[in-house]
Amino acid sequence: MIENDTIKRILYVDLSRRRFWVEEDEDLFKSYLGGAGVAIQLLHKECPKGIDPFSPDNPAIFTVGQFNAIFPIASKMVAMFKSPLTGNLGESHGGGRSAIAMRMAGYGALVIKGKSETPVYIAIHDDDVHFRDASVLWGMSSSYTVGRIIREQEPGSGIRTIMRIGRAGEQLVSYACLITETYRHFGRMGLGAVLGSKKVKAIVISGKRSFKFKDQKLYRQTYKEIFKSLVESPLMKKYHELGTSMNINPLNERKVLPTKNLKDNHFDLADEISGEAFAVNYLGRRVACSHCPVSCIHIAALREPYESEPYFYKTNMISYDYELIYSLGSMLGVGSSRGLLKLMDEVEIQGLDAISTGVALAWATEMKERGYLSEKETFGLNLKWGDYENYIKAIKLIVEQPNDFFRFLAKGVIQASSKYGGTEFALAFGGNEMPGYHTGPIAYVGFITGARHSHLDSAGYSFDQKFKAAGKNLVPQEIANSLIAEEKWRQILSSLVICFFARKVYTPEIVSKAYLVLEYDLVYDDLLKIGEKILKSKYDFKTREGFRFDELKIPHRIFELETLFGKISKDVVKRSIKKFKDEIENL
Amino acid sequence: MAKRLSVIDVDLCVGCQCCMFACNRRFAEAGLSRSAIHIKSVGGFERGFVVTVCRACSDPPCARVCPTNALVRREGGGVTLHMNKCIGCQNCLKECDIGAIFWDKNMNKPVICVYCGYCVDFCPFDVIKLESIRGE
Ligand code: SF4
Ligand code: SF4
Ligand code: SF4
Repeated sequence: MIENDTIKRILYVDLSRRRFWVEEDEDLFKSYLGGAGVAIQLLHKECPKGIDPFSPDNPAIFTVGQFNAIFPIASKMVAMFKSPLTGNLGESHGGGRSAIAMRMAGYGALVIKGKSETPVYIAIHDDDVHFRDASVLWGMSSSYTVGRIIREQEPGSGIRTIMRIGRAGEQLVSYACLITETYRHFGRMGLGAVLGSKKVKAIVISGKRSFKFKDQKLYRQTYKEIFKSLVESPLMKKYHELGTSMNINPLNERKVLPTKNLKDNHFDLADEISGEAFAVNYLGRRVACSHCPVSCIHIAALREPYESEPYFYKTNMISYDYELIYSLGSMLGVGSSRGLLKLMDEVEIQGLDAISTGVALAWATEMKERGYLSEKETFGLNLKWGDYENYIKAIKLIVEQPNDFFRFLAKGVIQASSKYGGTEFALAFGGNEMPGYHTGPIAYVGFITGARHSHLDSAGYSFDQKFKAAGKNLVPQEIANSLIAEEKWRQILSSLVICFFARKVYTPEIVSKAYLVLEYDLVYDDLLKIGEKILKSKYDFKTREGFRFDELKIPHRIFELETLFGKISKDVVKRSIKKFKDEIENL
Repeated sequence: MAKRLSVIDVDLCVGCQCCMFACNRRFAEAGLSRSAIHIKSVGGFERGFVVTVCRACSDPPCARVCPTNALVRREGGGVTLHMNKCIGCQNCLKECDIGAIFWDKNMNKPVICVYCGYCVDFCPFDVIKLESIRGE
């Protein structure tokens, strides 16, 4: 570790007593690097076994890594907590200005404990920590407004992060997110609700530091090398041109785009909601997270006329990505790009996870279609594929929860289906709603087994495509090994904390080289051992909180439709999970 | 001929702040405390960004208020800072209307663009450029 590195400083905030203090733990960051590695250790330590996710004792832990603010595209922050959605490990990554702001404020980790009696927002500017009253912000109808108000109150323009929850978090929707800088999110697993339960409306962080190195030349040279490959390499091109939404058309053409609650794998209107269509018709601006030259964030400009006033328009700026187009678009049969943008906007206003919201509404729509629900449950809404106006109303109802049905829907599709039926087409894995890849068995094994339940866990969807291209057989042992090997390495990237989009640039060689700048001598094998330890800690936590590989339920729907490999064999999936379990237990 | 940093087209800026980190790396240090260029949003990411950096004024007000002549007018415009003479009074900081003087808290000295152009190579979208200015 470089001299005077502030990464070892952990800022504790106790909301119940309105206290804060800093503890230093150099060894922790030496052994576990930072990010995910440190977060899981802190979670083991700070989260009492078996607690309710909304207990004041459930900590909200934020961590950054040693590469943040030192090397480019190390631009993410990791959050860990006990998830209200799955009841076990909650891990979520966010970008924007969050990671750089925390590193520059001089902390490696922030642990928020306890519960405030009245709404607060926490403002951290270098060594100062303030508990600011947020009564006025609480209950505000739009997360955009909350951001705007805080922007005017707080210093640090340009270098600060403003992370806030929407109404969904206040109302404890199990998949409420934490929004950073309006367009990035700690999306999955319900961090927004955990903060809502603590009465934390927002967290602002800013600071300006610098770090020195013994080998200055090596630093500048290594930096340049990484920067150059980020800017010049074709590997990053897709992210900065069309962005992740460029995936819509190819996945649709290959018939692996989940559509209408996965009743179909192909969406007739995909063209209208493709990355190409959005870029040509709506793209208003591209922006970047701090210290990232790729700028994958695509923001659409939607001009809407006022009904009451002729020639009056408002222009909404709405960020879009592949996962939103899938979950709120094809999954709900929404083929109108305008309608889809309006849905995305509502999700942002309320502060929900877009994937879970879309999947929950897709399940509800099929329930309605089959006559399993009446308009009494849906509160008068006639949910229909493609009817985005009704979906916008439904999103508001998920947050308001005016009846039992919406109270259950706000807990996620597993809880809702266990009460109202339709479990065979409730598309969640281990409690978490599925991302947009019906590529084949490996994707699903990944969703089910993944430590934090996201498509970014172990790249199953990408293995499906690779196995298919290589004409490989689906051997369960090989599936398990591939996923685990990938996941071990991803622990390193998410401990540094590198944006996964740059995973092909940050090869083991580059990471080892960059570590030399930080005065560590870590070769690939050392790194993998650390990755393995981190992975093991995650499953230890999950198991501690009741996760069992043997009890995982798989919705039958996924076996009904063709994938890249034809219909998925239940047997392959089950045996792969078993192998995965054996490998994890042997770690 | 004297050089200065100019902003070619601020609408191309994505707010990545790679220029800010580059400027700080002039000292082979990582971070922001010694950066002489600052990028912030116009008020929310959706409205774009503002680039704040020394404009190399021909009659720099910051130099005029420096009591020790640590900050002197440079031939062709802009200023040169003589660190050893600076007493950290922050007069210059207050005088620059566009806020292009930053403060290095550790050293208690101003941070001002030295017109070196190091940042230019790290702007992925060619927002900034080093240009020659005509002296009088
Ligand atoms: S610091 Fe400000 S006043 Fe001084 S030369 Fe630069 S822009 Fe002009
Ligand atoms: S020209 Fe040099 S001193 Fe000025 S902002 Fe760029 S890197 Fe910094
Ligand atoms: S490097 Fe270029 S695009 Fe990035 S913030 Fe600076 S001026 Fe803007």
